[in-house]
Amino acid sequence: MSETKKMAIIVHSGTLDKLYPVFMLASSAGAIDLETHLFFTFWGLDAVKKGGLENAKLPGVMRLGTGMMKNKIKGIGVPSLPELLKMTRSMGVTKIYACSTTMEMMDVKKEELIPEVDAIVGATAFLDIALDADIQLFI
Amino acid sequence: MSGYEISQNLDCKGMRCPLPVVELRKAIKNLSTGDILKIEATDQGSKRDFESWCRKTGNSLLESSEINGVFTYIIRKEES
Repeated sequence: MSETKKMAIIVHSGTLDKLYPVFMLASSAGAIDLETHLFFTFWGLDAVKKGGLENAKLPGVMRLGTGMMKNKIKGIGVPSLPELLKMTRSMGVTKIYACSTTMEMMDVKKEELIPEVDAIVGATAFLDIALDADIQLFI
Repeated sequence: MSGYEISQNLDCKGMRCPLPVVELRKAIKNLSTGDILKIEATDQGSKRDFESWCRKTGNSLLESSEINGVFTYIIRKEES
C-alpha cells in the first residue's frame, strides 16, 4: 500500500443520527488502514462522556422514537454505537480527541470522559491534523 | 467458483456495513501471502465495498458472484 492516508472528522453533534455515520465511517476506515482522527466538540462532546454513546438520542421531537430506531438497527444486525467504538479502536488507526474549550463551556471534567479519549486538544491541533488529511468532514 | 485452494472460509451472511469489511480485515491479518479467502455475504453494498477494500489494501479480488442474494468473494492475500 502507498503512504498512509488520513481522515479528519469534526464531530459536532451528539445525537444518534449523526454519531452512526461517524462510527460507520471510522470503522470502515479502520478496515482499509485509513488513519482517522475524531475531534469531539460542542454537542459532540456528549458522545465521549461516560455513558454518552449508550444514551445518545435522535434529535428534537424524534427523540421519542429513539428506542424504536435502536431496536430496528439491532434487528438488522448493525452494532450499537458502543460496539462500533470498540470495533473501531481494536483496529488501532483511530484517534479520539476532546475539545478543551467545550469541556470548560459544558463543565466537563477529564474524569467524566471515556478512557478511549487520546487527548484533550484545541482547534489549532485539529487544524494541524486536518491540513495533512486527505478527507475532512464536519458531522 | 472452483479451482481455488481455499485457506479459510468467512461467513458474513446477515452482517451489514461496516461489519463485513471489518471481519475481512481481521481474517486476512491471520493469513499468509498467497492464501485464498472465501467470503459469503448478503449485504448488497458488499460488492463495491469489497472491490474498494481490495484496491485500497493491495489484496486481489479474484472472483465475485451472486446467487439468490448471497454474494461470494474469492480474495488472495498479497504481500503487504
